[in-house]
Amino acid sequence: MATMQLELDAREIRKQFPFFQPHPEMRSLIYLDNAATTQKPYAVLDALTNFYAHHNANVHRGAYGVGAKASELFEAARERVARFINAREPAEIIFTRGTTESINLVAASWGGSQLREGDEIIVSEMEHHANILPWMQIARATGARIVVWRITDEGRLDLNELRRLLTERTRMVAVTHISNVLGTINPVADICRIAHEAGALCLVDAAQSAAHMPLDVQAIDCDFLAFSGHKAYGPTGIGVLYGKRALLEQMPPYQTGGGMIRKVSWEEVTWADVPARFEAGTPAIAEAIGLHAALDFIDSIGRERIAAQEHALTEYMLARLQEVPDLRLYGPKPDRAGIFAFTLTDIHPHDIATVLDSRDIAIRSGHHCAHPLGERIGVAATARASLAVYNDTDHIDALIEGLHYVRQVFGL
Amino acid sequence: MISELYQEIILDHYRHPRGRGTLDEPKIHHEGANPLCGDEVIIEFRVEDGRISDIRFSGRGCSISQASASMLVEMVKGKTLEEVRTLIQKVYAMLRGESTPDPQEMGDLSALAGVSHFPVRVKCASLPWHTLEEALNEANHAAK
Repeated sequence: MATMQLELDAREIRKQFPFFQPHPEMRSLIYLDNAATTQKPYAVLDALTNFYAHHNANVHRGAYGVGAKASELFEAARERVARFINAREPAEIIFTRGTTESINLVAASWGGSQLREGDEIIVSEMEHHANILPWMQIARATGARIVVWRITDEGRLDLNELRRLLTERTRMVAVTHISNVLGTINPVADICRIAHEAGALCLVDAAQSAAHMPLDVQAIDCDFLAFSGHKAYGPTGIGVLYGKRALLEQMPPYQTGGGMIRKVSWEEVTWADVPARFEAGTPAIAEAIGLHAALDFIDSIGRERIAAQEHALTEYMLARLQEVPDLRLYGPKPDRAGIFAFTLTDIHPHDIATVLDSRDIAIRSGHHCAHPLGERIGVAATARASLAVYNDTDHIDALIEGLHYVRQVFGL
Repeated sequence: MISELYQEIILDHYRHPRGRGTLDEPKIHHEGANPLCGDEVIIEFRVEDGRISDIRFSGRGCSISQASASMLVEMVKGKTLEEVRTLIQKVYAMLRGESTPDPQEMGDLSALAGVSHFPVRVKCASLPWHTLEEALNEANHAAK
């Protein structure tokens, strides 16, 4: 068996996660479903508990000490996110429920106010439904048209194809940073540059990249970028929408209610400035503070180091998956992220996942919320293993042994 | 134990499904799907003299859903609609772990009893039976 020296000690990292600690009533799990959600370090759980225990108050209006502290912590989280993705200022950060809501916000608010009949939205074929359906809905409502940017046979996006698709009617290019099925890492800075040259905007879905590689919205020069807290070691129910300030300022509110106005009378309403305009109602305060702790956790290790570690693990995984007879891996081989969708002859992915579960290995099976991509690659369902910073080669070895066992159970 | 779920008889039905195919008209056609996991089962049958005179299934999905459909086709052919309804309820009870199947009565279906220990897979095994139940209800409704 191949051995490999990794820079980061995943065993030490796992010590920071309650999920991986021995429990008298629970079996320990090899967790390889990180593209769905990651586990949470103690620091995140402590941040949530500490907020509720000592600082719980609503934000932005409390004329008392605790209320001011809650607002301070909430806005500190916004500043932390801005720093995490190198936004120009915290006002460019809008808290949402997650990537899905972030993209819905842009489609409804920017799309609803800007798109005209005959306008075009380019959506790549490898998008998650969260970056397809909001655009389809707003296209229907406005008379705009969805233009599909097909993938190559290798599972990549061809920039020349994008140049061919862009027209003077193109208003938006919606693209994922990393495919949640193929593991493809898209050249989003190039994509944004090409979109801008044609006068279009660009939205980047960073759900699968935020926790795994450095992210700099100024270097990418995207107009919008979305990610979820829970895929980045943070709580569920909190997500981020980054938007360039000039664009956000032109956009109408997405939802209306408390906290997002300057003045209301029966005759007239003046919306609040960004970002408050887009945060109607009481926000996910504790979750934003939890996300702050999660981003601190990520940067305490360092995203360059995380990316290097996961790259090494990805190379190891690619080599070892080749040892499993009849296994078909989807997506590009070199230069890809640690997300591996595969099939094993005619053994259905659910059956693969169930047999692996019997060996305490957690992977995902199904269509991964990307039906059009499934159609393109010709499989309705795949099994998917995905890595995070706490995985190591032992986990990959266990997966490979598990896959041999799957073959055995199915008499191959 | 995983061997409880993937018994030889289940894998045999999966690899060599009985009654996979479609029927010519006249027929009752009904499609069932599990949108969460993508399993789909299509059942077509004919009723003559109150009995299911012919039945086929098609679709795609995991070994459990497809083997269950194969067993369904084998078990219900020739039964009266009343007998089929009773059988459907017995299958549900078995899959929920509420009853132990009588192998004489349930035949190959008994092998699906192990599914009750795998809660996330119960919906796979019950999909063909739900599809048939819905088809019967619809046919019944249309006849009225």
